[in-house]
Amino acid sequence: MPPLLEVRDLHTEFRTGAGLVRAVDGVSYTVDPGETIAIVGESGSGKSVGAMSILRLIADPPGRITGGEIWFAGRDLMRLSNDEMRQVRGGEIGMVFQEPMTSLNPVLTIGRQITEALEQHEGITRAAADKRALDLLGLVGIADPARRLRQYPHQLSGGMRQRVMIAIALACGPKLIIADEPTTALDVTIQAQILELMKELTRRLDVALIIITHNLGVVARYASRVNVMYAGRIVESGDAAAIYHAPRHPYTMALLRSVPRLDRPRQARLDPVDGQPPDLTRLDQGCAFRPRCRFAIEACAQARPPLAPAGEAGHLAACFRSRELGALAGAAA
Amino acid sequence: MTSPTADASKLLEVRGLRMHFPITEGVMTRRKIGEVKAVDGVDFTIGRGETMGLVGESGCGKTTTGRCILRLEQPTAGEILYDGVDITRMARKELLALRRRIQVVFQDPYSSLNPRMKVGDILAEPMKVHGIERDATSRAARVRELLDVCGLNPRFADRYPHEMSGGQRQRVGIARALALEPEFIVCDEAVSALDVSIQAQIVNLLEDLRDSFGLTYLFIAHDLSIVRHLCQRVAVMYLGRIVELADADALFDDPMHPYTQALLAAVPVPDPTVEANRAFSPAKGEVPSPINPPSGCVFHPRCPIAVESCRHTRPEPRELRPGHWVTCSEVR
Repeated sequence: MPPLLEVRDLHTEFRTGAGLVRAVDGVSYTVDPGETIAIVGESGSGKSVGAMSILRLIADPPGRITGGEIWFAGRDLMRLSNDEMRQVRGGEIGMVFQEPMTSLNPVLTIGRQITEALEQHEGITRAAADKRALDLLGLVGIADPARRLRQYPHQLSGGMRQRVMIAIALACGPKLIIADEPTTALDVTIQAQILELMKELTRRLDVALIIITHNLGVVARYASRVNVMYAGRIVESGDAAAIYHAPRHPYTMALLRSVPRLDRPRQARLDPVDGQPPDLTRLDQGCAFRPRCRFAIEACAQARPPLAPAGEAGHLAACFRSRELGALAGAAA
Repeated sequence: MTSPTADASKLLEVRGLRMHFPITEGVMTRRKIGEVKAVDGVDFTIGRGETMGLVGESGCGKTTTGRCILRLEQPTAGEILYDGVDITRMARKELLALRRRIQVVFQDPYSSLNPRMKVGDILAEPMKVHGIERDATSRAARVRELLDVCGLNPRFADRYPHEMSGGQRQRVGIARALALEPEFIVCDEAVSALDVSIQAQIVNLLEDLRDSFGLTYLFIAHDLSIVRHLCQRVAVMYLGRIVELADADALFDDPMHPYTQALLAAVPVPDPTVEANRAFSPAKGEVPSPINPPSGCVFHPRCPIAVESCRHTRPEPRELRPGHWVTCSEVR
């Protein structure tokens, strides 16, 4: 089965006052139909810009997609006209953003925001769209949907607004939903509700899901495959279990080691990732993680390591020492 | 809720704290049409040198509780005894002296540092206000010392906040809190805005400073795994009340209140194997509005073990195990 989405060597740049930032610097990955993958990274890693680039939602200026192909359901999205792209967004690809208050229109009713998408993409009548909007709100677990349809975003709680966003994303029967930090702004009990809902609905409706997040717990609970990003590149990619139990990139290893876990005994002291996040305007030809890496060697300063097989089938890491890393980490510990 | 261990050398005692904010209507004549019960009857103590965690979801009143202790809010009712003196009744002049002893680290190191001031001036400002280190040379020396203690190169004194990363800025925020050599620091979501890879650095710094200077912390946060790591005792708040208070180990290993249990179950563990084997159903419903909180026990509409009496009888905290307080009439 061919992948639903294939991103090939994507490059997105921003021209800033401080210089050129390669926010996404040669990123390639695939998403299979119905699959949930996670893109994990910290601020500035390029995880959100990469996803926005798939949808061609990069403001130009200052940003520009400078290279790459995005194959989705047999077409290269980079070659579509703006009109065709508008049909893809919110049609075959749904979107859920972090902040439901700013991504919903404050002066339109909830009902109108859902029916607008339906009329735009499906070309159905107002009455049919109203009926479908009612069904969608029920689907995402909103009680008393008829009343909610007439309300405005400010009358809903954060959790309910995010449910509405999911209803809009699902409205036109998408094959893929891109969720950019969908629960970061929500409280932990509401976060759990929203993630369970997304998991249940994407399984039931066979929709593929890309979750973009910085939360390693969310990834562990919901994703089957994981791409870890650092300074605009994927540094490690593979099955969630492999990444968490046998990480093959020093950044992933350090990140997993640094977070305290509720299921483990209390540690005497946390083991942080050393140093500061990279300044993207000042990267050199070497590995971007090198200044913070405990295992850096001379070769790391010469060139950026390519993403290469490192362990079980499908497990990739961008580190010159990925194969010896297991033994090295054991010796260091 | 007074735990016996804290009695010996308690630094802070909060009794019956209430903070109700009025909701007003009208422009010319402001009429009060209701109130937000942000904090609605909170009791706890913090021992000298102890780190107390205050956790809960947004709107539970944890930040308002911290602001009352800092006297950034004037509480509606209750007492806050700091070293035996009720600070809710203090006059301005006494407050100035108090603020040398109680300091704060805020969540957002972007908005809590003046962007037009150099880091050195940001750190010297509290010394000027309080008239310590009166000459410029000794102030500069103290600034270098503070930067060094917080793991920053002394050269940072000449930089502006925007030239620094989030983690570095938070180190400046912490250095500023230390400038007056306080005993007690309220850390309000002090690591929440930071990247995952930086959080552990700041947590370690807070621990080091606690040990070096014998500091007492009130650590307000929503990240439960960090609270467990850093705190000796933890209070869980829900809709303006403390629903459970215990030693950190007891609270996390054996949570007794149904809300604490739901909160802990909702936190995903960064391990796919653990997660795959975990039975999990999220707490139902959402947090009700503090403007019109539910009658009786505020948690009853979402509670899996609620009985009829929970709808109209407000439960009082009970000490079910030594030092382990639970505000629930059903838990035994």
